[in-house]
Amino acid sequence: MKKIINDPNQVVQDMIDGLIMANPATLKQVPETFVVAREDAPVQGKVALVSGGGSGHEPAHAGYIGKGVLDAAVCGEVFTSPTPDQVLEAIRAVDGGAGVFLVIKNYTGDVLNFEMAQELAEAEGIKVSHVIVNDDVAVEDSSFTTGRRGIAGTVFVHKIAGAKAEAGGSLEEVQAVAEKVVANVRSMGMALTPCIVPAAGTPSFELEEDEMEIGMGIHGEPGINRGSITSADEIAIALTDKILADYDFSGEVAVLVNGLGATPAMELYILNKKIHQILEEQGINVYKTFVGEYMTSLEMAGCSVSLLKVDDELKELLDAASEAPAFRI
Amino acid sequence: MELNVNDFMRWIELTNETIQQQKNYLTSLDQPIGDGDHGINMARGLQEVMNKLQTNEYQEPSEVLKNVSMTLLSKVGGASGPLYGTAFLKMSMAIKGLNSVSMEDFTKGLQVALDGIKQRGKSNAGEKTLIDVWSPVVEHFSNQDVTSDRLMETAKRAMEETTNTIATKGRAAYFKEKSLGHIDPGSASSFYMFEALAKVLKEKE
Repeated sequence: MKKIINDPNQVVQDMIDGLIMANPATLKQVPETFVVAREDAPVQGKVALVSGGGSGHEPAHAGYIGKGVLDAAVCGEVFTSPTPDQVLEAIRAVDGGAGVFLVIKNYTGDVLNFEMAQELAEAEGIKVSHVIVNDDVAVEDSSFTTGRRGIAGTVFVHKIAGAKAEAGGSLEEVQAVAEKVVANVRSMGMALTPCIVPAAGTPSFELEEDEMEIGMGIHGEPGINRGSITSADEIAIALTDKILADYDFSGEVAVLVNGLGATPAMELYILNKKIHQILEEQGINVYKTFVGEYMTSLEMAGCSVSLLKVDDELKELLDAASEAPAFRI
Repeated sequence: MELNVNDFMRWIELTNETIQQQKNYLTSLDQPIGDGDHGINMARGLQEVMNKLQTNEYQEPSEVLKNVSMTLLSKVGGASGPLYGTAFLKMSMAIKGLNSVSMEDFTKGLQVALDGIKQRGKSNAGEKTLIDVWSPVVEHFSNQDVTSDRLMETAKRAMEETTNTIATKGRAAYFKEKSLGHIDPGSASSFYMFEALAKVLKEKE
């Protein structure tokens, strides 16, 4: 394992310290927790947004804290959901009287811990509601199983629900628009190399030198197929076709091409070119494109593509001002 | 047979001993069909539980279980933290006020704990989760006179049978048919809990 760390057991705390030192005017750590919050939290009268999950996906989730997006993020251990007491601390820290909205990615641990925190907060008299993001089309959608995973499409939920809250939306309105985003966003990823959780020291799976896995999750969960590496165009086709087959995107979309940590921007732009060509052939208009690292998987090489079908309401909220370090508009 | 504060303390102590010994084994069960941290998380959580239990004095069993619950909730993480945390919290509530817990009351406690796990995890038996061990164990307590040997045997067989089920809940569900042939890690840690309970019963038999 070759990493720029001090102690594998201290990576989350060290990261939070460094993140706050980089954004001292806008971010603060809630004392004795792994919760990062807006410096001016709680904002009175505004619905507060809390997201979070395991660490190792930076800039998700703390990078999305700022006016116009999240009020707080709960940082779990690497790839491990934060515990209910930590989520509860975040809810308490940001509640400005208008209620708190939780953005949860659909992993068993995240859902259990966040829902439990919601119950504890409600018992304290705080109004809380949530949305569960499940944008990964690599997983079969079924109400009888755990269902689809939440991946990079979550960033659109943060941005749009956050803008709604900043504009004075009620808890019910924020929830409604968040659910609209979840209904209209689909993603899929692929990986070229595994990553190493610092405390584990070894990769959780292996990919041969000439292999790639289409549909792999952001913690190395299994994808759809593993095979020999192909060209960027073929990768773009594999991901985009599967997304387009899952939902009717006719009209206008926002595109998010996300790097998993070790894939250079150059390769993401190469992918983006083909994605745009595919959308154009299908008569789908691209409203806006985001290319970069939005939800990573430590040092994994690979990417994900997310498409969000937008209407006037979503476009306006997507374009609203944001001061979050990882999503400035 | 009745169980008092010391019996419950002993149960948790023996559970911790086994989990610490089996930490790497639990993690190795979690690697092929999960995210490879079950042993690490359970060992960390139970170590914290022991630290807490040793520094406090308890009047009745429900206080011991409540403390176990709160510590597991805040220290384990993942799905296991809330599931085991819920189980011990429900059990604690069911035996509240009792200094000495009859087998009948304890059975009720196990039943509400199982209900709590099912509700929290939105899951049922047969989905390759810890419920596959808890269900037959609770049934065993409800149906007949429990002995340490029979309890151990019931829990062990239930754990081993998870090898033959396809996961539909939890992280292993992403592996679908490939989850066959593997013991469910949560069932294994639950087996260790009931194995520890059987040892406590044996000491009293």
